[in-house]
Amino acid sequence: MQLSSYDVGSGYDEMFQTSGHPREGSELLFERLEALSSGELRQYQNAAMVTMRNLGITFNVYGHQDGTEKVWPLDIIPRVIAESEWERVERGLAQRVRALNLFVDDIYNDQRILKDGAVPRELIESCDGYRPQCAGLKPPKGIWAHISGTDLVRDAAGTLYVLEDNMRVPSGVSYVLENRAVMKRAFPRVFEGQSVLPVEDYPERLLQMLMHCAPEGVEEPCVVVWTPGIYNSAYFEHSALARQMGVKLVQASDLVTHDGLVHMRTTRGFKRVDVIYRRIDDDFMDPEAFRPDSLLGVPGIMDVYRAGGVTLANAPGGGVGDDKALYAYVPRVIEYYLAEDPILQNVPTYLCADDKQRAHVLDHLDQLVIKPTNASGGKGIVLGPRASEAELEACRAQIEADPRNFVAQPMLQLSTVPTLIDDDLEGRHVDLRPFVLYGEQIYVLPGGLTRVALERGSMMVNSSQGGGSKDTWVLRDT
Amino acid sequence: MMLSRVAESMFWMSRYIERAENIARFIDVNLQLSLDLGDAMREQWGPLVAVTGDEERYHERYQDTARRSVMEFLTYDATYPNSIVSCLAIARENARTIRDNISTAMWEALNTFHLMLRDEQTRRLGEQSPLELYANIRRASQLFVGVTDGTLSHDEAWHFARLGRMIERADKTTRILDVRYFLLLPKVEDVGTPLDIVQWSALLRSASALDMYRARHGRLSPTRVAEFLLLDPDFPRSVMHCMGTAAKSLDAIVGAPHGRRTTPAEKRMGRLRSELEYTSIEDIFDEGLHEFIDRIQTRLNEVGEAIAGSLLDPGASLAPGQRITL
Repeated sequence: MQLSSYDVGSGYDEMFQTSGHPREGSELLFERLEALSSGELRQYQNAAMVTMRNLGITFNVYGHQDGTEKVWPLDIIPRVIAESEWERVERGLAQRVRALNLFVDDIYNDQRILKDGAVPRELIESCDGYRPQCAGLKPPKGIWAHISGTDLVRDAAGTLYVLEDNMRVPSGVSYVLENRAVMKRAFPRVFEGQSVLPVEDYPERLLQMLMHCAPEGVEEPCVVVWTPGIYNSAYFEHSALARQMGVKLVQASDLVTHDGLVHMRTTRGFKRVDVIYRRIDDDFMDPEAFRPDSLLGVPGIMDVYRAGGVTLANAPGGGVGDDKALYAYVPRVIEYYLAEDPILQNVPTYLCADDKQRAHVLDHLDQLVIKPTNASGGKGIVLGPRASEAELEACRAQIEADPRNFVAQPMLQLSTVPTLIDDDLEGRHVDLRPFVLYGEQIYVLPGGLTRVALERGSMMVNSSQGGGSKDTWVLRDT
Repeated sequence: MMLSRVAESMFWMSRYIERAENIARFIDVNLQLSLDLGDAMREQWGPLVAVTGDEERYHERYQDTARRSVMEFLTYDATYPNSIVSCLAIARENARTIRDNISTAMWEALNTFHLMLRDEQTRRLGEQSPLELYANIRRASQLFVGVTDGTLSHDEAWHFARLGRMIERADKTTRILDVRYFLLLPKVEDVGTPLDIVQWSALLRSASALDMYRARHGRLSPTRVAEFLLLDPDFPRSVMHCMGTAAKSLDAIVGAPHGRRTTPAEKRMGRLRSELEYTSIEDIFDEGLHEFIDRIQTRLNEVGEAIAGSLLDPGASLAPGQRITL
């Protein structure tokens, strides 16, 4: 494989310093790839896709015509992160998650940060994820976001930024595990002589964390994963995690509340459930507490939760911590609760709710990325430099109508990783979603999910919008 | 202890795989017959539809009972819930719902089975060498059953899967016997002719029973064939053996000590078994084979309903901690 012709482009390439010169840590991978013919690489790629297909490793796309189930796309060229850099990322993520947990706990209890004026009260109370029903809640061990996924990107200068926090029900971790397993099966040669930090222990750590957060006095907690059902976009992950932890995967119809406890219906009668890793949004959990029209919910489960009869992970209401407008305040949140400087940087963010900042945004629409604060999965994002006049005008009208719902950020040129396109390697833009578990300690899974935009020049990495993924290696320094 | 919903999916997953295998075997045997009999085979495809019990449905969609239409209906018709592709789609949907309760090897076997049927190449193979296609389907099902036995813990879930498989198998064995036997029986004057042997062998092969029948009884005799498929205690596709195995799984699920069967499902199962155990093939022919098979099928349905009614759907009225009553 001729790698010297690989074009590193104008930005930051994760593998190459300059054309033909791999970065520190990527030398061995470079050698391994160079030793292959381009046809061979294609064969490994095909073998990986056949494995994904046969193992039924899929994701669901809503509203797709040709059946909703799609095979998970994996590109077999791994993305490498040096352990020295990773240590810093790990510390930065742990710091951020710890601070945001303190923040959420404060919001639903004392509200010190609001009383001190460090974060404006209107901003919090207008958050899409803010749930007044959660006021006064004290989750076991004070943990709200047991599992979080924090999206990171690297810009053209090589700086890593936090792009957004996900403290509700972040998904993707099962694909990290599957990517690694499929890579080992389809392309074992590439691992030879490399010391890649393992990810296989994630389910065990997840289970330990969930058991740690069981209600007071429960000796051997019964843990379950709660899925909205097989048509949910992340159903594969729900069942994979339940299986790998050896716990039951339940749907709402399997659960009942009775006498202050939650039970599941079994062939031997009802059995008490102590910890629920719920993969269903706050709004749909309990028609008595949240949306009354929810058919996916378990009536009364919030009452049981409030009284301490069951643990929900993540805790309801935690979404107030990952609001895209609050995001701008996270550095301040870290300083407020931890009296530390943030280790990981935020992307500079303009809040359209603020008159001055909004004026700047409206003047520079064609240079900024505009994001709605209440959507995920890349929905509703307008890329100023690539939008048409009409799109910009529509966006302007939306901002003026509902300024609170929009933030703007400079357009970052995301870093690239060599990706197999036909029989050649070409640079494609990537982001990274590491996963953080908050139990007895804070644990950061080495690496995370690298998503890659498969279209040349595109920054849309979401799998629902044609993005792919890569195995992500944190390489031990040798 | 398992979720009732999971038990139900386990039961149906297994039942639909068994159904697909049986349909594939029926078609396979008919195809081989048509090689042996040529033109005399023209009348032989209609009975395959009769075996399914879905003749009305068939005639809504197809004009004739030619080989091509019947094969299309039983193999690829996605609008017909008991076609092989539909069976696999339903089995896979059930498996996907309980993916966390089955082994990876089972899921992979089932998923590749399903994908094989949806592959264009498989369809082309079916047109060029149909025998090969149905052999592949049969093998894929056998692989799934083997992998299930070899990788799934033999606990409650496994018993539910086996229960589903045994009930389906007994049902299909009685149906094929019923339909084929009555095609052959009227032609008493054919006894002993080569055509007869070919047809009787075909009936046995439809239940994968030819080799074992030969080992047990040697020469072909209509009475012994019926006896073998209904009452043989050791042959794994005989109704007697299927019900014995199903009863063992039911006992394991209910956990009742031997001889103390109190639940509707157990009672009905016990009744069915005693009707098989305390009868001889001579009694059966005195009653009339068709009448006997009819009765056995009614009993089978009753067992199935009792399982579905109480075991798989304990009902919302159940109080916590209360044990289900079957």
